Amino acid sequence: MYQILWNRFKQGKRTHAYPKAPLELPEMYRGLPLIQGSDKGEEAATHCPQQAIFSSSIDLGKCIFCGECEQRSNSEFVRFSNCFEMSTNTREELIVSEYRSIDAKSCLGRKSIRELFGRSFQLRQVSAGGCNACESDINVLNTPFFDLARFGVQIVASPRHADGLMITGPVTLNMKHALLKTYNATPAPKLVIAVGSCAIAGGPFYDSPEVIGGVDELLPVDLFIPGCPPHPMTILSAIVNYLSLHH
Amino acid sequence: MKENDAFIEYRPGESLPLSQIPRMHYYDFYNQASLEIDRQAQVVHYFPLEDGGKKLLLLVLRKKSLHHKLLIGAAYAVNDAISFTVRSKMFHLFEREIMEELNLRLHGHPWPKPLRKEIQNYKLFTLQGSEVHEVGVGPVHAGVIEPGHFRFSAVGEEVKFLEIQLGYQHRGIEKLLPTLSLARMPTLIEGVAGDSAVSLALLFANVIEGLTLGGGEGQGLPKSTADSILRTLALELERSCNHIGDLGALSGDVAFLPAAAYFGRMRGEVLNLLLQLSGNRFGKNLIRPFSYRIPLTKERAVTIIKKIDEVKREVEEVGALLFSTPSVLARFEHIGVLAHTTALKLGVVGVAARASNIDYDVRRDYPYEYYHDINVPVRSLAAGDVLSRARIRYQESIDALIISKNLLNHWISLDERATRAVAVPTLSASSLVISLCEAWRGEMSLAAVTDSKGAIVKIKIKDPSFHNWAGLAYAMRGGEISDFPLCNKSFNLSYCGVDL
Repeated sequence: MYQILWNRFKQGKRTHAYPKAPLELPEMYRGLPLIQGSDKGEEAATHCPQQAIFSSSIDLGKCIFCGECEQRSNSEFVRFSNCFEMSTNTREELIVSEYRSIDAKSCLGRKSIRELFGRSFQLRQVSAGGCNACESDINVLNTPFFDLARFGVQIVASPRHADGLMITGPVTLNMKHALLKTYNATPAPKLVIAVGSCAIAGGPFYDSPEVIGGVDELLPVDLFIPGCPPHPMTILSAIVNYLSLHH
Repeated sequence: MKENDAFIEYRPGESLPLSQIPRMHYYDFYNQASLEIDRQAQVVHYFPLEDGGKKLLLLVLRKKSLHHKLLIGAAYAVNDAISFTVRSKMFHLFEREIMEELNLRLHGHPWPKPLRKEIQNYKLFTLQGSEVHEVGVGPVHAGVIEPGHFRFSAVGEEVKFLEIQLGYQHRGIEKLLPTLSLARMPTLIEGVAGDSAVSLALLFANVIEGLTLGGGEGQGLPKSTADSILRTLALELERSCNHIGDLGALSGDVAFLPAAAYFGRMRGEVLNLLLQLSGNRFGKNLIRPFSYRIPLTKERAVTIIKKIDEVKREVEEVGALLFSTPSVLARFEHIGVLAHTTALKLGVVGVAARASNIDYDVRRDYPYEYYHDINVPVRSLAAGDVLSRARIRYQESIDALIISKNLLNHWISLDERATRAVAVPTLSASSLVISLCEAWRGEMSLAAVTDSKGAIVKIKIKDPSFHNWAGLAYAMRGGEISDFPLCNKSFNLSYCGVDL
């Protein structure tokens, strides 16, 4: 008992105050890419393993944030910033260019949705293939540093208790049936959140005949969260912004 | 002196011309391989290969008595040939994979059920008896976990039989790989299992480097000590964060919340060190053939060392708490026992094997990268229960932090720290390379085969979980259903690593 108390005292409080206080991620982190100019865009595109670059724009739905385009263009085409806030309401908004970036703050749910789910929002996670990295970084939202539950957002065990689905993975053919069943078991109104490049556009598995290659081929998606995997703060900030939970 | 002409001795990572692999008739092969299995050989790989219009079955074995070397043998596939599984259970999944891929039957295979294809139509095994009841879980689970189906056949609370049906994550990786450019291959391979991305990328890099160096074209670049150290560092950080995370999850499964919360956070601290190295929390996009992509600076190395010291101290403090709490020990001890003999028969590897007193670690027995120069402590315990697996994870997470710190200090002291330039390699034709590594779950291996033009025609990936899932099923027999989450976590196997 004394040891438990001693450990508790040593550990202290670790939860970050975000969004009340700003959070700076390490400089090495490759977050939201900022397109610098179109000169080296074409050359960078030839090195992109994801075919995510076209006409000097990057499709963040396909991008796995490997940074190859930044390295190959000596940061002249693009520079990856350490901004973790990136989420969109539509698939098209994930395409960033010299003239258009992502403003996560404006990625809001409808007013009725925010009023309905603000302060109490239950999610069911479905892993529809993928590599388990997205799942791992969703799991850590329950650890003390992130503590998603302080916003009234919880990941629940049954779709019947859920207000929405958080889907990861490229939707393998073998998971299609289970995913649709889980969706149908979730009571309406319900939100669908696509987490990670696999759930958005198939991720590294694009072109495989064994995957559907994106949740929106099957279900209406309300919130897109890019990354491979998205940083836990990207996921957390996306939900906080979408439901206006910062107050 | 060679013990057996049916097999060729092979050092992992080297290029082997396909023509040098002895090919046999299946029945001779079966007899010769059986002899080796009787001499305690264990399977590393067993997979089909296109060979002049015919299907060749390539068998790779390891043996304690063979220092740093593997045995490779092959036979042409024939329908209705006798199954190895009849003699040795460790072939069970390998043969199921072969049957599925080549669409043939193996005579006497006790359980020829689908591995990845058409799993929906498969009728699960049923245990007969008036007292038997079944509990089915998955593929969508209560927690945030990968999909898989578990079917318990129990009498009362006692599990008589556990069937594990995977395949839900089948992404067609091995079929897709040969169609891709060399630049895209590693990103797909890192996607096999994201929690082992560093190990997977390393295996791919080692295979390509092996194929290039063996070509004799002068294409290969000399190995850089600095890069080798940094690659090894990334591997050890990957091991450490996963083990720490598992200790947290084990604590959570026995409702010891303080340790669950602390370990969960500390895992994040180590993931952040991988982020400091690579820009990605899982170390993705860091290791590529002939390259360590993201240069490290001395300042960052010093910061990482400081953080390692801090995390190590905290892991030790919370570890002391975890392993001295009676309610935790009561739930960990004698639960999910995997007996030594069973583990050997099933060919279990990694933490699960070492917890059942099997003294095997690829880092020591088939050293790669900088492990040639590290004295890796191989931890093993005898009880084979959840407690043993937890203790080994704990010790290995601390060892990994110590090794990481030493590596960084050594790297800082080097005169030449620059990272290598990326080269576009020319691969040797009609060759095979197999590389092995001790990923955090255990022995992981990757084999690549080139055609007469030097293009990759086959990549075979084996996650340690491929050996170990059967171990979990056996460990559950005679236990209670309510112990399953704890047992499952103590093995913590990969679903996607098997589903491919």
